[in-house]
Amino acid sequence: MPIVYPHKTAMPCRDPQERRRNWDEVAEGYTAERAIAEAHRCLNCQDPVCEQGCPVNVPIREFVRRVALGDFEGAARTIRRRNLLPAICGRVCPVEHQCESRCVLAPHQDPVGIGRLERFVADWERQHGNGEQTAAPEVWRDQKIAIVGSGPAGLTVASDLAQLGYPVTIFEALHAFGGVLRYGIPQYRLPKEIVDEDVEHLKTLGVEFVRDVIIGKTVTIDQLVDEFGYSAVFVGTGAGSPIFMNIPGENLKGIYSANEFLTRVNLMRAYSPAYDTPVRSPRRAAVIGAGDTAMDAVRCSIRLGAEEAHIVYRRSEQEKGARAEDYERARDEGVIFDWLTLPQRFLGDENGWVRGLECIRTELGEPDESGRRRPVPVPGSEFTMAADVVVIALGTNPNPLVPQTTYGLDVDGHGCIVADPQTGATSRAGVYAGGDIVTGGATVILAMGAGREAATAIHEYLQQRADQEAEQVLDAGSPLLNG
Amino acid sequence: MDTTARIIDKRDLTDITKLFVVHAPLVARNAAPGQFVILRVTETGERIPISITDFSRAAGTITIVIQEVGRTTALVGALGVGEVFLDFAGPLGLAAPLPSQGHAVLIGGGFGTGAVFPLARELRSRGVRVSSIVGARTRDLVILADLLATESDEVHVCTNDGSLGYRGFVTGRLEELMDAGAGFTHCFAVGPMPMMRAVATTTRRRGLPAMVSLDPLMVDGTGMCGGCRVTVGGKSFFACVDGPFFDAHQVDFDEADARLMTYKEQETLAGELAGLGR
Ligand SMILES: Cc1cc2nc3c(=O)[nH]c(=O)nc-3n(C[C@H](O)[C@H](O)[C@H](O)COP(=O)(O)OP(=O)(O)OC[C@H]3O[C@@H](n4cnc5c(N)ncnc54)[C@H](O)[C@@H]3O)c2cc1C
Ligand SMILES: Cc1cc2nc3c(=O)[nH]c(=O)nc-3n(C[C@H](O)[C@H](O)[C@H](O)COP(=O)(O)OP(=O)(O)OC[C@H]3O[C@@H](n4cnc5c(N)ncnc54)[C@H](O)[C@@H]3O)c2cc1C
Ligand code: SF4
Ligand code: SF4
Ligand code: FES
Repeated sequence: MPIVYPHKTAMPCRDPQERRRNWDEVAEGYTAERAIAEAHRCLNCQDPVCEQGCPVNVPIREFVRRVALGDFEGAARTIRRRNLLPAICGRVCPVEHQCESRCVLAPHQDPVGIGRLERFVADWERQHGNGEQTAAPEVWRDQKIAIVGSGPAGLTVASDLAQLGYPVTIFEALHAFGGVLRYGIPQYRLPKEIVDEDVEHLKTLGVEFVRDVIIGKTVTIDQLVDEFGYSAVFVGTGAGSPIFMNIPGENLKGIYSANEFLTRVNLMRAYSPAYDTPVRSPRRAAVIGAGDTAMDAVRCSIRLGAEEAHIVYRRSEQEKGARAEDYERARDEGVIFDWLTLPQRFLGDENGWVRGLECIRTELGEPDESGRRRPVPVPGSEFTMAADVVVIALGTNPNPLVPQTTYGLDVDGHGCIVADPQTGATSRAGVYAGGDIVTGGATVILAMGAGREAATAIHEYLQQRADQEAEQVLDAGSPLLNG
Repeated sequence: MDTTARIIDKRDLTDITKLFVVHAPLVARNAAPGQFVILRVTETGERIPISITDFSRAAGTITIVIQEVGRTTALVGALGVGEVFLDFAGPLGLAAPLPSQGHAVLIGGGFGTGAVFPLARELRSRGVRVSSIVGARTRDLVILADLLATESDEVHVCTNDGSLGYRGFVTGRLEELMDAGAGFTHCFAVGPMPMMRAVATTTRRRGLPAMVSLDPLMVDGTGMCGGCRVTVGGKSFFACVDGPFFDAHQVDFDEADARLMTYKEQETLAGELAGLGR
């Protein structure tokens, strides 16, 4: 039994005080030495259970072994066999719920830092030029594929099908590509240059990117098929519609959905004086919710200058949805956590600006449908807290634009498109869906996994159709004879 | 797919109001009366919503009317024929819920005079009688009355100073016409918030159903941010996907007014930098 250090090799992070005021990436990543040291913690298990925890089955054991040997190029190649966006996943995967949760080391010591290693390998590859990156494949098929939405799901489908020789077009409603990777996740956690590089890479694979097209408005799915000649459509429109609390005062100025706040900051770069889109500079920010989105919003508010920034959550620390790493970093940056606190209404001033929240304390009762213990208000515990910016980060619903405008596309009670979990097939032949529009808000790598399955299914579907058409031509005999 | 949006014609309607005919076939093909586009002019610029004043599927064109009130609209105003918009996305929002019979009165102020034009055309094609009321502060600011006349049974111009047409507000003329027995069955108003609020008050009092096109601040225009939320009938809606037309009698105008002022300070500064500090 080799000796394994109980703790993950540390990854250097910039000093919390310094990073509170700028947008540079917080986690600096492993050096080669650290990466090799961390890779040596892996036991090279006979049965690498960690891989079952990864929604796209990255060959973890093999890539980690190559890192241990110092073969970073080989490690990169290994990861790329399964994962198109490793620099992104290595940064944002909630590894404690995915791959690392399965690592055999986990019960007694830290699991292998799979996410960190993946990031290291991807960054190494970026810095050393994607040497043997696949050249643009020959586009030789005539069945065109339309992809709606440029989030991780859509990007994955595009990549897989482009490499199979299909002409692929991605339609994006916004003016920039990447979905949540672009407008949601902040620069200090995922530098936008990485998203840009991945999009550029897909362009070299021949994928056509079209911005400013809102499918369902500019062009409907039916028109894509009937008038623009697309043979198959993949819908990866995400779960972009923000949920509000429906409590009094919610439309006061200074109250944002997380989507609006983060879009102003990330997509529109409100933090930079060079950009025109404004955002209110907070002094006391209150962010409602405790998922990834809430952590992003609260840490952005600190970077926008908030002297005090609170997370307000009706359950306790245990029930929070955020990734462990981001939660800790938020704490290090000085975020104040008000657990077991439920806002009941927002208070405003005479000009319609928010000035605070009226809250009530809660305690945890019996488990609810989600399996988490239900927060129950404690009578008489009402109190008010001051805030001049409030961000509501309670999750999102699927955007209804595509289902509303597509004939015969089934949705469930939550408005999610109903799709076969294995193939992404919807109730409409030739229309596939995957990612958050099917599952509701989930993770980047799950969206990519769904995209991969759908790409395989679309390829099979189109081959079948091509075969059928060929048969029909044969059955019909010579067109001349049939007049 | 080509999304280039090129300006093929431009006309100055007033010192600060400009009409552009934009070749944007992809936007034109599904456009309907009452919808809008979101455009951007520079890489560092804002996304701003602008109503569709006219569209032609055959010619692949969208006509818009821009009133220069701040930095971004000033940037648009400076564009010339042959230039392209960096982004020009749409059509967005729902088509205006137009009736198929009766007598509609359309009220336009500012850029709204353009925005009601496609409604007039559609109403007329449905056999609805159309009366239009156009309002402005003074005669030089009256725009597009001639265009609107081509698709209206009658057009009434109002100026605050009486320099052209009726002297007073559009609501004064509206009441006058109603008193004279115009027999309006529907009202649609697009213009500055105070005008739409006044139309709401008047039509509510007179029992005339009315719809207004709300113009809250927007970011994406696709229902993703919720920044455009407005309260109508006590419920919150996203104007970009649920509107922009709403029942005037149910709109919370106080809230809508307040929310429009959110970035007043920043906008004033940006406006001064853009040379609009007159
Ligand atoms: C703030 C935030 C932080 C997050 N942090 C993490 C994290 O750390 N780790 C993690 O794994 N996951 C995280 N997630 C979740 C993750 O980002 C999503 O699960 C993932 O992005 C879903 O991918 P998708 O491809 O399904 O859709 P999205 O990424 O939502 O992309 C959908 C795209 O489709 C476009 N679109 C929508 N409608 C149309 C239309 N009608 N026509 C054309 N285009 C359209 C949208 O504009 C968007 O660009 C986070 C989410 C948020 C909001
Ligand atoms: C659905 C919709 C349709 C619209 N149609 C048109 C149109 O056809 N033509 C046109 O010129 N404008 C239209 N607008 C308004 C236009 O979007 C704003 O004037 C523009 O965003 C202002 O940007 P700016 O940077 O030039 O000025 P800013 O610096 O943002 O604002 C300057 C001043 O204008 C006020 N203002 C800002 N936004 C609005 C608004 N939405 N409505 C009223 N006042 C505002 C500000 O309070 C400020 O006083 C529409 C808005 C919406 C939501
Ligand atoms: S893609 Fe995500 S889940 Fe899969 S191995 Fe990499 S970090 Fe783990
Ligand atoms: S389970 Fe852990 S120790 Fe085993 S191969 Fe995977 S990463 Fe290595
Ligand atoms: S503008 Fe963002 S939801 Fe309407």
